[in-house]
Amino acid sequence: MSELEFRRVSSIHGALMFLKAVDGIALGDRVVIRDRDNNRRNGQVIRSSKEVVMVQVFEGTDNLDLENTWVRFLDEPFELSLSPGMLGRNFNGIGEPRDDRPPLISNLRRNVNGSPVNPAARAYPREFIQTGISAIDGLNSLVRGQKLPVFSGSGLPHNRLAAQIVRQARLPGDASNFVIVFAAMGVSYSDARFFEQEFESSGVLRNVVMFMNLANDPPMERLLLPRTALTAAEYLAYELDHHVLVVITDMTNYAEALREIATEKGDVPSRKGYPGYLYSDLAEIYERAGRLRDRHGSITMIPILSMPSDDITHPIPDLTGYITEGQIVLSRELNNKSVYPPINVPPSLSRLMKDGIGKDFTREDHPRVASQLYASYTRALESRNLASIIGAEELSERDHHYLEFAERFEADFVRQGEHEERNIIETLNLAWELLSLLPPNTLSRVSEEDLHKYHSWDGSG
Amino acid sequence: MGEVLEINGPIVTIRQSGIRNGDQVKIGRLGLVGEVIHIREKDALVQVYESTESLRPGEQVVGLDYPLSVELGPGLLGQIFDGIQRPLNKIMALSGEHIARGLEVSALDRDRSWHFVADNNLVVGSELRGGQILGTVEETETIQHRILVPPDSHGIVIEHAPEGDYKINETIVRIRTDSGSVEDLKMYHRWPVRMPRPYQSRANSNVPLITGQRILDTFFPFLKGGKAAVPGPFGAGKTMLQQQIARWANADIVLYVGCGERGNEIVDILQSFPELKDPYSGRSLMERTFLVANTSNMPVVAREASIYVGVTMAEYYRDQGYDVVMVADSTSRWAEALREVAGRLGQMPVEEGYPAYLASRLAAFYERAGSVNTLAGNSGSVSLIGAVSPPGGDFSEPVTSHTKEIIRTFWALSKPLADARHYPAISWLESFTAYADRAAEWWSEQVGKQWYVRRQQALSLLAEADELERIVNLVGPEALSSNQRWVLESAGLIKEAVLQQSALDPIDSYCSPQKQFQLLDLMLQFHDGGVELIKLGMPVEPLIELPFGGELRRLKSMVPSDDLKELARYSEKIREAFDGLRVEYSNGQETKS
Repeated sequence: MSELEFRRVSSIHGALMFLKAVDGIALGDRVVIRDRDNNRRNGQVIRSSKEVVMVQVFEGTDNLDLENTWVRFLDEPFELSLSPGMLGRNFNGIGEPRDDRPPLISNLRRNVNGSPVNPAARAYPREFIQTGISAIDGLNSLVRGQKLPVFSGSGLPHNRLAAQIVRQARLPGDASNFVIVFAAMGVSYSDARFFEQEFESSGVLRNVVMFMNLANDPPMERLLLPRTALTAAEYLAYELDHHVLVVITDMTNYAEALREIATEKGDVPSRKGYPGYLYSDLAEIYERAGRLRDRHGSITMIPILSMPSDDITHPIPDLTGYITEGQIVLSRELNNKSVYPPINVPPSLSRLMKDGIGKDFTREDHPRVASQLYASYTRALESRNLASIIGAEELSERDHHYLEFAERFEADFVRQGEHEERNIIETLNLAWELLSLLPPNTLSRVSEEDLHKYHSWDGSG
Repeated sequence: MGEVLEINGPIVTIRQSGIRNGDQVKIGRLGLVGEVIHIREKDALVQVYESTESLRPGEQVVGLDYPLSVELGPGLLGQIFDGIQRPLNKIMALSGEHIARGLEVSALDRDRSWHFVADNNLVVGSELRGGQILGTVEETETIQHRILVPPDSHGIVIEHAPEGDYKINETIVRIRTDSGSVEDLKMYHRWPVRMPRPYQSRANSNVPLITGQRILDTFFPFLKGGKAAVPGPFGAGKTMLQQQIARWANADIVLYVGCGERGNEIVDILQSFPELKDPYSGRSLMERTFLVANTSNMPVVAREASIYVGVTMAEYYRDQGYDVVMVADSTSRWAEALREVAGRLGQMPVEEGYPAYLASRLAAFYERAGSVNTLAGNSGSVSLIGAVSPPGGDFSEPVTSHTKEIIRTFWALSKPLADARHYPAISWLESFTAYADRAAEWWSEQVGKQWYVRRQQALSLLAEADELERIVNLVGPEALSSNQRWVLESAGLIKEAVLQQSALDPIDSYCSPQKQFQLLDLMLQFHDGGVELIKLGMPVEPLIELPFGGELRRLKSMVPSDDLKELARYSEKIREAFDGLRVEYSNGQETKS
């Protein structure tokens, strides 16, 4: 069947093409389309019946007609060739080279859709990754095998933050480096170039596999790209025993491509026109992060997404937050105050932190310090809010302590240099320095022992 | 028996004959399992529990002649099943780390022997009715599994096995049915999941389900056999709370249904529960726990089924006379699975794409909760606790709002509380329970006469404080009277010393009812003491400066549940301090006059 070309296109619209009278075509099969100028396009069967086959065309259907379009069904799903030689290479969403080098030849090919991991085969992620960034390590620690997205907005420095994490992430006391899978969807050329340069200048380029679909590349290919990239990541992690860090940007572009095709197919829309299966679809991607019980490697995932109009309740960040193990939220307000990284502490969260920090991982007081910083900072924001209403002069002495705490917390703890690396002990000591601005009887989340050991309150603040 | 006509995601159209609506079918070379949900002349629509990728029109379909049903017998506890009751450990042995398609694995181990002890009433010639107890096997050290006559069987015993070791496929009792035929009864039977299991009658239970969580047990109590919902935006601690309930609930059996949620949450339970001790039996928690896990990346149709698979197994243990808690995380993902199937069928969407039958399906599901008198004459219960994941944290969305109409206890999680790391982040303003009056009976008998009064007092104090905070945010604290400032102070104390509870703290993670009551009583004693002094005209500042704040807030993690003497000592200390203040103050007043 794979050599046969059909010329039975019955209708075409948007990214969809319908063929009549081709029976027995398997769902999900890869399709190659040849147009009147002999140009090739790629497609996939997304609905199949005895009468009609629906094909999604990644490059779109512009310039296709019914008469001069030849369609070949490859009788196989989308697969990615896998070999160690993929490190240092650059591919598009369906795994074809974007660099000027030959395609990867390998006997090992995998269906990019993968199949669901058996929950009973997973291992619980619990190894602390030090990113050198206080607001992450101290308050929202990342662990190996976690999926921790960055919720950003247009114009915020999420790329710089992601690059810093890639540069600095390591396991304390473990020399093995991360291998990086970088998946870019619908990003601008300059953003892609920024990452390439980053990888180059930090000397990790040989340990990076890139999958790119830029803003001017076929948008439907974005539906496949994260799956292709994760197939590579799974190979690197579970077969070559690497610890893999997957950076995916920008998930919003992915979800928009999904909405586009869903609308064309006539799927029932749920919120904001996104299809009802957006959650399941995103989960298929995010849930490929993790650790397996009997494998050495791991997949840690940092998806980046821009929140449309900075709205965290928008379906894309909302559904993402329900699937991922926490989120790092960036704040426009802090960015405007020139705080880098502008991490908005209260809504940020790491769900796996509890099992990766403390006595045997970071330091014994870490869980309580993190909790106390959260509590004190949210309390301090109340004082700041009050000051903006009634004026700082009217505030109590305690509120004044809190005001100072909030300022110092943002200026000294959250803010740090793009190339500044603080180890976890430095981060925790810095935290105590700030907590020492507050009287001990306001610190109910830490123990008496912690206070005794680390808190230096001189009674005046 | 049929062939595939069309494949549209998880919905497959087949040409068929002789297949009933609701029947299971096997599709194609891979043998994918599905369920007929719609018959239209010669065609039928099948929802498939596994991915339909690579399926082709023209492949064969075989009807299995029975609806989606589960195996019920010894060996369920400690297990983890997928959405259609296939044991995930066995799947792993067969297909490795990833779940292959078309696997046929039975839920219960055919090779394992169980020591069966016949019931005294089991004698040749006696009449057996559905639901009656044939005998027992020790399923785990804590749970005696009562082998039941299938609910739809009835007859006279003509033969039965003596005490001994049997595999579940062996016949242990032979009966002659009313129609005269012979039926073999084994230690397990099958039951269709979409049909509630029968019982004799509903019972009215007033026994609270104790979870060891203060905000739940004391403020928004829940009864055994009740129905509750836990709605919350992401990151508000829904899963953590569900896990705490699964850990500490004073039920006999706990079933955790992970429906469309994260794989790592299931792993967390699988790894931590065997090491945790059941506070009631002292044995490993896993001995009374089992799981259904259909994580978010597993096929969506099996997610729809998982809830029914779960509740049917829960009912089965109820029918043995046990109190069962089923925690479902999350019912929203179940509703979304309904929506996805409805959308593919082209059914008219009503709200946010959900089909019109969403509300009735939800209600029918929760109705399977309850305390009952079983067919065997015992009492048992199923308590249902469903997590709800409202998009954007908006409680007015369809799943939350319909659920709210159905359930009786609503534990609402709040994002602002979670952001301040106030855990459990349950809002005392938005939550409600219809069971408080009934629970009060148990609490005042077992724990403290003053329970109901103290609870009411604390709730009004908290509500008043929220009101006052709004004023403070407008005009500053100076505008408040001494009394009002003291209310704010005390509410802050109650929030931190009582409502907040750390799941990670070894002492505070579980709080006994006695400790719950005494802690609350202590904080209110502190409040009342202040109120009295303010009434005498004392300013509020010296009260706020009292050196108790930090210690009172730390008591919860200092005083273990089984040794509450320290709390009584504290009560005495507070009394003395206030007495001292009163004397000092009235002396000062006298010298002035």
